[in-house]
Amino acid sequence: MTCGSVDDGKSTLIGRLLFDTKTILADTLTQIEKTSKKRGMAAVDLSLLTDGLQAEREQGITIDVAYRYFSTGTRKYIIADAPGHEQYTRNMVTAASTANLAIILVDARKGVLTQTRRHSYLAHLVGIPHRVVAINKMDLVDYSQETFDRICGEYRAFAEKMGLIPEGGDLRFIPMSALNGDNIVDRTEAMSWYKGPTLLEVLEAAPPAHTEHAEPFRFPVQFVCRPQDSANPDLHDYRGFMGRVESGSIKVGDEVTVLPSGRTSRIKAVELGGEPIAEGITEQSLTLLLEDEVDISRGDMIVKSAEVPEARKEIEAMICWLSETPLSPARTYSIRHTTRTSKAKLNGIAYRMDVNSLERGDATQLAMNDIARVNLKLAQPVFADPYTRNRATGAFIVIDDSTNNTVGAGMIL
Amino acid sequence: MTTLTKQTLSHLDWLEAEAIHIMREVAGQCERPVLLFSGGKDSVCMLRVAEKAFRPGKFPFPLMHIDTGHNYQEVIDFRDKRAAELGERLIVRSLADSMKRGTVVLKSPDEPRNKHQSVTLLEAIAEFEFDCCIGGARRDEEKARAKERVMSFRDEFGQWDPKNQRPELWNLYNARTHRGENIRAFPISNWTEMDVWQYIEREKLELPSIYFAHHRPIVRRSGSIVPVTSVTPARSGEEIVDMLVRFRTVGDITCTAPVESDADTVSKIVLETATTTITERGATRLDDQTSDASMEQRKKEGYF
Repeated sequence: MTCGSVDDGKSTLIGRLLFDTKTILADTLTQIEKTSKKRGMAAVDLSLLTDGLQAEREQGITIDVAYRYFSTGTRKYIIADAPGHEQYTRNMVTAASTANLAIILVDARKGVLTQTRRHSYLAHLVGIPHRVVAINKMDLVDYSQETFDRICGEYRAFAEKMGLIPEGGDLRFIPMSALNGDNIVDRTEAMSWYKGPTLLEVLEAAPPAHTEHAEPFRFPVQFVCRPQDSANPDLHDYRGFMGRVESGSIKVGDEVTVLPSGRTSRIKAVELGGEPIAEGITEQSLTLLLEDEVDISRGDMIVKSAEVPEARKEIEAMICWLSETPLSPARTYSIRHTTRTSKAKLNGIAYRMDVNSLERGDATQLAMNDIARVNLKLAQPVFADPYTRNRATGAFIVIDDSTNNTVGAGMIL
Repeated sequence: MTTLTKQTLSHLDWLEAEAIHIMREVAGQCERPVLLFSGGKDSVCMLRVAEKAFRPGKFPFPLMHIDTGHNYQEVIDFRDKRAAELGERLIVRSLADSMKRGTVVLKSPDEPRNKHQSVTLLEAIAEFEFDCCIGGARRDEEKARAKERVMSFRDEFGQWDPKNQRPELWNLYNARTHRGENIRAFPISNWTEMDVWQYIEREKLELPSIYFAHHRPIVRRSGSIVPVTSVTPARSGEEIVDMLVRFRTVGDITCTAPVESDADTVSKIVLETATTTITERGATRLDDQTSDASMEQRKKEGYF
């Protein structure tokens, strides 16, 4: 995910990444050359590559997340181009929720700003494990190593003070000029004093998700396959539990527990696309068959019996409010946790986080873009892991039953 | 018991697993979903994903095609054959019926019909009370698509509001709607044109023949290759030539152009896709070139 504002050169950075990895095709280039000329610019403006919606072009800002794709031969990348303005915090949280690495842009002339703090906090809150602070526009400070070192120092000091250093400490600083392409894909003469990796080298070396910590097996059931009316009599007793392995792995013979019933059984078969496989791993969409007849439906979760998560009817969580209608302590909402839905009511707000000063304050209700620590009471239990240990079983969304809109994003503590 | 995962999925496996997950969420959350199947390469991939998601069961949704009446016969034949092979129900609704009802009025008989599909689609959604249409659109196709959610909410007029999309976090998709509203679900949002071709290659998927290099009469018109057909005849003064071409996208005849190519197998197409210098829509879609915002505009009006 990239975060920063247009003024930081975010669009230029993405344009540069796409351009230098040869993702931009001739007709697109011709088109942006034309537009650049039309707008009276001397050189081709790479930021036009990330131009989005009509409203965004009118205002010259990014409102919503755009997804872009490039590949290097060794890896494929999805860039979530996130808006940087405070009033679009919710869209940045959306982009961050699926990201594995965050690029936080800093303008070398301006150093660590309020928005840098906000972006860093959000990247941390949403649990992005790898973070790169891209100190951009080095060309405008004469490629000064001193300036770079000073900003790194400032950033580190604030991040340590606020507890925003990622677990494992993967925080890097790269001096760059997106405009000229320094240290994006290629190293250049301009900053020969910089001996570290280029941005692309950092991207190429980042470990894939789910490979850094041991994780328990979590399989929320999405759908039950019962082809009883099939012409094939072998299928009359077939009961396949369909879902995605959110974490961990599963083999035939493993002892499992089904939640919430607590019934146990063993894995009879693991199927992928109708074919049996020996072992299922994280992120695979599979079908599990059990030895015993157990009543299971959507919203249940299959786990290994030795690592059953806690059932919670009350949750402590950090929540980001996404809706124009404030969170009302009087109302009942629905929450979706994995494939499970429950009714929920606010017990209390411990504090509201000021995303600019990173100070905690009191609050009785939450408005759009607010981030707070809350306590929720649930009608049905959820089977959760702390978000910092497992994003899939630690996250939930809040749904307003009257509009069906997604109004909140929660991370369980 | 808890072990560190060392294996990770290949990019195609990952994309496939994500697409399966999205389809199953549709099946789990929606009451009357439908999968849009045109016979084109993206929807062919979608059918394979659906097989992997739901077999040995039947698909928990019918297939549907909105026929503009201006489709290549090879594609229509392929569409019918594929649905029959799968043993799944295929619904076809045609623009011609909307024209008879008077809900689609063409400016002139040869006006491109692509954008009018929205009307027929919305009529079919109302007829069957579909609460979700699963489509094969990809975010890499076009800049308005790049902004779209995996599960994209449409109001009762079928409109997309790009400035106020329903937030979509993690893989917690929210497909809830009120009566009359619907969701457009895009399981292969994160696939690129290259991924589609690599998937077709890996899964050995059959495609309509016009995707492969073949001889076709064409004319050159303002930089584009325009196929000469009964609905797109040559204009006076244009020279008809025979060219070895293939289609990169397949849609309404009046707005889909082929590219010059001798790639007659999937692996040759994969190679060509890797080295092409023209984007998929740039080369082949005559209707996206009218303005910077054509797709955004059409989507706001209920288009896919």
